[in-house]
Amino acid sequence: MIHFVLHDAADTVAVVVVEGVTAGTAMTGWIMDADRMVGVEARQDIPIGHKVALKDMAQGDTVIKYGIDMGRVVAPIRKGEHAHVHNIKTKRW
Amino acid sequence: MAVVTKETTFLGYRRENGRVGVRSFVIVLPLDDLSNAAAEAVAHNIKGVLAIAHPYGRLQFGADLELHFRTLIGAGCNPNVAAVVVIGIEESWTKKVVDGIATTGKPVTGFGIEGHGDHDTIMRASKVAREYVQWASEKQREACPVAELWVSTKCGESDTTSGCGSNPTVGNAFDKLHPLGSTLCFGETTEITGGEHIVAARCANDEVRKRFMFMFDRYQEVINRHKTSDLSDSQPTKGNIAGGLTTIEEKALGNIQKIGKMCTVDGVIDKAEMPTHPGLWFMDSSSAAAEMVTLCAASGFAVHLFPTGQGNVIGNPILPVIKICANPRTVRLMSEHIDVDTTGLLQREINLDQAGDKLLECMLRTANGRLTAAEALGHREFVLTRLYESA
Repeated sequence: MIHFVLHDAADTVAVVVVEGVTAGTAMTGWIMDADRMVGVEARQDIPIGHKVALKDMAQGDTVIKYGIDMGRVVAPIRKGEHAHVHNIKTKRW
Repeated sequence: MAVVTKETTFLGYRRENGRVGVRSFVIVLPLDDLSNAAAEAVAHNIKGVLAIAHPYGRLQFGADLELHFRTLIGAGCNPNVAAVVVIGIEESWTKKVVDGIATTGKPVTGFGIEGHGDHDTIMRASKVAREYVQWASEKQREACPVAELWVSTKCGESDTTSGCGSNPTVGNAFDKLHPLGSTLCFGETTEITGGEHIVAARCANDEVRKRFMFMFDRYQEVINRHKTSDLSDSQPTKGNIAGGLTTIEEKALGNIQKIGKMCTVDGVIDKAEMPTHPGLWFMDSSSAAAEMVTLCAASGFAVHLFPTGQGNVIGNPILPVIKICANPRTVRLMSEHIDVDTTGLLQREINLDQAGDKLLECMLRTANGRLTAAEALGHREFVLTRLYESA
């Protein structure tokens, strides 16, 4: 089963694509562009469609998805944690 | 074997001006809010006639008025429309819309209500509508090259599965249609914010690139002039955020997956303008689903590809809207709205090429006459874009 997908091997976040991911779930991920598998353990419950952090990130870091800048970290995120509006913000507007 | 090649055909209605439609509607088009009642009465009297009510058309001026006319005339000119009855409160603006639609050569007649009243107008308009609908009912579909099918796209209630699954599926279909000489369209100007450099890099030449950046910057100025916050309550929407999208950049990067990996952006049009040659067109447009799809209908597109993540239910009265979804939860909970299920893509059960083909097959069946989920459910959202207040 594929629990999460990412577009580019350089992405620092990935998308959970199944329901029922809870803290402690050993997740299998698919790097779509490279067609390669990767594993991460969820540290928190993560709803389907929401993102999991693939590395530790500090405040001010740039978040990478699709291999491109998708915003800035506003609160520290650890690998395996839920990455969303509580810890990532836009750089625009 | 490829689903679409140069030789692929679909069964469409060839109109007087050579354009090909996939539906054959007789519509009653009100020029303004005041004429909705008469238009709806005509559609009630004459079976098979569709009234397209809307709330605007009075005291608009300048560019906003031009857009109003362009949208109504464009909707009437759309090849999915066989014939049109226009009803307006007064005759001169009504005639302007009639004259615009008449350039296609299709049957169109206008009626002004002032000096006649609703009863007399409804009676006269119903007589014409009855003639049109019987005439249109004898029109036959004929085989037409797939390149003559104008295809637009816009996504809605997006989530992260849109960017991973349903949007790249549209992109794959566009990559297959583009080399055949198809006329294609995307837009959603603000929802390119964060990915504008990618679209700019895909523009076919410097002139197109300059025009794209002009449209992009113009819309950014609108946002900056009117915003009272960082827009985090509007873009991404609450639905987007519930679905896992975090920033406008993330939404934009997912959004532009719809233009595929190979298509060049060959032209840029303003809202409701008509493309002048084949290729992929960027249309400056709102990202609100019904506004954008209505603008695509007004630009002459005959079928629309609409990826959704959280389950947008939109349809349009004259432009069939095909829904594509890669979110297994949405497909499970809202299956009646989904035409193409691409959830297999995110479990690696099918590849992108297969997903694109699945969409193209559905597109051809829709073009041949199969009703979309939105059509079967009666979704007919017709929403005019306004640029500013009335005078």
